[in-house]
Amino acid sequence: MSDQERTLRFHILRYNPQVEGDTPTMKSYEIKEAPGMTIFIALNEIREKYDTSIQFDFICRAGICGSCAMIINGQPDLACRTLTSKFPDGEIKLLPLPGFELIGDLSVNTGKFMRQMSERVESWIHDKNAENVDLCKLEERMDPDTADEIYELERCVECGCCVSACATKRMRDGFLGAVGFMRLARYALDPRDKRSDEEFYEIMGDDDGVFGCMTLLGCQDYCPKDLPHQTQIAYLRRKMALVK
Amino acid sequence: MKVIYTDSLVIGGGLAGLRIAIASRQRGYDTIVLSLMPAKRSHSAAAQGGMQASLGASIKGEGDNEEVHFEDTVKGSDWGCDQDVARMFVNTAPKAIRQLTAWGVPWSRVRKGDRQVVINGKKVTITEKGEAHGLITSRDFGGTKKWRTCFTSDGTGHTMLYAMDNKAIELGIPVHERKEAIALIHEDGVCHGAVVRDLVTGELIAYVAKATTIATGGYGRLYAVSTNAVISEGIGTAIALETGVATLGNMEAVQFHPTAIVPVGILTTEGCRGDGGLLLDKEGYRFMPDYEPDKKELASRDVVSRRMTEHMRKGKGVSSRYGDHLWLDITLLGKEHINKNLREVKEICEYFLGIDPVKEYIPVRPTQHYSMGGVRTKPTGESPNLKGLFSAGEAACWDMHGFNRLGGNSVAETVVAGMIVGEYVADHCAATTLNINTVLIEKFLRREENKIFKLLNREAGENPFELRKEMQDIMMDKVGIFRNGDDLAKAVEELKVLNQRAKNIALRNRIATSNPELVEAIRVPKMIKLAQCVAYGAMLRTESRGAHAREDFPERNDRDWLKRTLTTWNSEDADLPEVSYEELNIMKMEMPPGSRGYGVDNTVHHPDTEKRVAGIEEIKAANPDADRFEMQELLNPIEIPEKFRGKNERTGRGFK
Ligand SMILES: Cc1cc2nc3c(=O)[nH]c(=O)nc-3n(C[C@H](O)[C@H](O)[C@H](O)COP(=O)(O)OP(=O)(O)OC[C@H]3O[C@@H](n4cnc5c(N)ncnc54)[C@H](O)[C@@H]3O)c2cc1C
Ligand code: SF4
Ligand code: SF4
Ligand code: FES
Repeated sequence: MSDQERTLRFHILRYNPQVEGDTPTMKSYEIKEAPGMTIFIALNEIREKYDTSIQFDFICRAGICGSCAMIINGQPDLACRTLTSKFPDGEIKLLPLPGFELIGDLSVNTGKFMRQMSERVESWIHDKNAENVDLCKLEERMDPDTADEIYELERCVECGCCVSACATKRMRDGFLGAVGFMRLARYALDPRDKRSDEEFYEIMGDDDGVFGCMTLLGCQDYCPKDLPHQTQIAYLRRKMALVK
Repeated sequence: MKVIYTDSLVIGGGLAGLRIAIASRQRGYDTIVLSLMPAKRSHSAAAQGGMQASLGASIKGEGDNEEVHFEDTVKGSDWGCDQDVARMFVNTAPKAIRQLTAWGVPWSRVRKGDRQVVINGKKVTITEKGEAHGLITSRDFGGTKKWRTCFTSDGTGHTMLYAMDNKAIELGIPVHERKEAIALIHEDGVCHGAVVRDLVTGELIAYVAKATTIATGGYGRLYAVSTNAVISEGIGTAIALETGVATLGNMEAVQFHPTAIVPVGILTTEGCRGDGGLLLDKEGYRFMPDYEPDKKELASRDVVSRRMTEHMRKGKGVSSRYGDHLWLDITLLGKEHINKNLREVKEICEYFLGIDPVKEYIPVRPTQHYSMGGVRTKPTGESPNLKGLFSAGEAACWDMHGFNRLGGNSVAETVVAGMIVGEYVADHCAATTLNINTVLIEKFLRREENKIFKLLNREAGENPFELRKEMQDIMMDKVGIFRNGDDLAKAVEELKVLNQRAKNIALRNRIATSNPELVEAIRVPKMIKLAQCVAYGAMLRTESRGAHAREDFPERNDRDWLKRTLTTWNSEDADLPEVSYEELNIMKMEMPPGSRGYGVDNTVHHPDTEKRVAGIEEIKAANPDADRFEMQELLNPIEIPEKFRGKNERTGRGFK
């Protein structure tokens, strides 16, 4: 943390589709930097001091919930854990995450997208017996390494950074995207999910699925949870190529 | 007038709300969940450390069972909890975790053979049994006799919430996102649903339901620095209060967590200390054993937080521009362990402090963390005063935590209460027909519309952000870890003034649709009322119990204070809540009040305590052959929904 006070200049895309006649414009705001300041702290200060109508989404403000992804000086990232000290010239340009329905200013509707993704990949354990499990009895055992590996893939926070960084997604609206692949890989790995490869193929075995991916790996570069997109996409492709 | 009808309306899409919605749906009732944000972003996702359930599979959990968990929970609560509810909870927790296993949570598992752990600052080798291999493992947490806290690395809440929300999606339960309940609709002691504001369009919608459940989480943001999410503002609790009918319980019971980072207050999990991390002062000295020779860093949270504060008051804190703090040292756990089991902590240290916890100490300080108080309910989860209103999770005072909750018992409560209360919600739906006059709905909608109209048309007045800040500072300075009569009296007076000022809020941006300032203006008066309940309850309670520590009344006083604080808000014009009390009946307690085993025991005992102890001895003597289940039945018979009654199996001991 540096003690010298700088002036930060924020340039923020302002647009409220709810207000008739409003058009997108960039607006600039100046604030004094404080030690340890994050974009979360800065945006709240801007809202309270200069413009109470500015919209953005923060919940956990700790890099855990995935609410606050936006384009920060050209790159998608979680705003709550981005320190302003990261930007030597003190110029910070903020845009809403592309690829999602805009709610207003920096707020986008990732929730709707992620629910649809979950429905599409059927993001749950498929096991006819799951509801008949006798809750009094010992739980089904699982290899400790398998449990750890599943958790590795489940660390996704549905922030949408990967989607916004994906060139294929920009061209094909129906493209499932890396977040969906990661979810599928997570269930494919889980011995509790009884889906067959054929069933997974039905979900992702086309150009909107894993065969449409151009493996440019924007997803891997910008995933704030450092999920192993490259290996998982390769794994799913091999798995799906064997089906037909 | 937009009206949406359903059977079961659940306000809140965290663990508790989703579990109740699932129960309603599985029993065949139409169900809608409301949430400020996508459900998976609820604060439940932030729970890192774990969930308590007495599975006893790990070697250090061996011998654990419902009795031990019950004892820890009641002691942890400083005898302030409802023992019937604590019983329902401990008996059901193993089933809850097993159900979540079937629904996909990748719990960390026992690995047979030797492993190195850190206990009391030293590396120790423990050997896990072959027969436990692959079962759910557990870690140590504060205030527990056994290693009982089950976990998924350090993403426990995340994996639980994802499994729960995925289950809700599988069942096709609609989650109406970016919707805020701002008032309850009720008449003649019956709740009929809620008035809800769409946070994007600004539209007001009436949701009318047979059963309405408040599962909106805690009210940590009444304080300036809190580990809680920024949306943990207690609005659900406040709208129950504003009915003037429903009661809130024990609002003054607010927990401070020992280890949030300085200055921003982000939590580092109790798992840090559970796994062997130490607390050090400015000289690098480990001070906790001096205060609590027995449990040391792993004493109950309220105790550790107070000891840390005491130690800093002695001048042993590390000074910084943000005030004093202490160090959390996890370097001794080693890189591999930190990277695997405490990775979120590592990320937080890297991103927010710019330090590597593998090599450096973490600056920490006790910080507001958990709300034991909330909407008072019966063991069924229903409000005793307002029929058809239910509550569960951190928003509720179901009351298994009393005046201090144990780490790991909260996410456990959300799912257990979700299961149990969920069944009672469904029973209520089965027994009720929707019978509501549209005039009533209209009356409530108009009332809220009017309030918003006034906010949007007032030319000049108070700034809602300023009011919130003033409230948060009062709570921090005068209603904190250590409390005293003078400060509390001042807080009560200052909050009264804020309450008045909050009637005169004016906006700079007078937009009716999505408008963060309007959201703030709607919430702040509600938050101030809650703050008043906390401060006033704390002022009146002239004893120390659990997290409520009075410097001027340091003893726990069972004789006069073994009772639950109830608050109501009787009219819009009132500037203080009405307070009444609900006695806890010692003669029915399975575990009569005793010592928690921290510091000196200066409890003022209740005359019934001795009687009950003798009574229990008699019952035990008269039933020498009773096993632990029969004994519980004799001492504390409880009702649990039929489907959750069976005995729980454990490795190595079957169903015993
Ligand atoms: C940092 C941190 C770590 C923790 N770690 C642990 C741990 O390791 N173990 C443990 O047992 N406990 C832990 N806890 C506590 C535990 O996580 C919470 O008590 C618990 O998750 C609360 O769950 P809930 O379902 O009651 O509420 P939440 O998960 O907070 O959900 C509240 C829901 O209500 C909605 N909502 C709120 N107000 C409204 C409104 N007016 N209208 C509509 N919707 C509304 C929100 O959108 C949200 O969906 C931790 C807490 C914190 C802060
Ligand atoms: S590899 Fe490229 S195309 Fe494929 S999902 Fe990732 S970003 Fe999109
Ligand atoms: S995969 Fe990574 S970038 Fe994509 S949504 Fe999940 S956490 Fe975000
Ligand atoms: S606010 Fe939760 S990740 Fe940024």
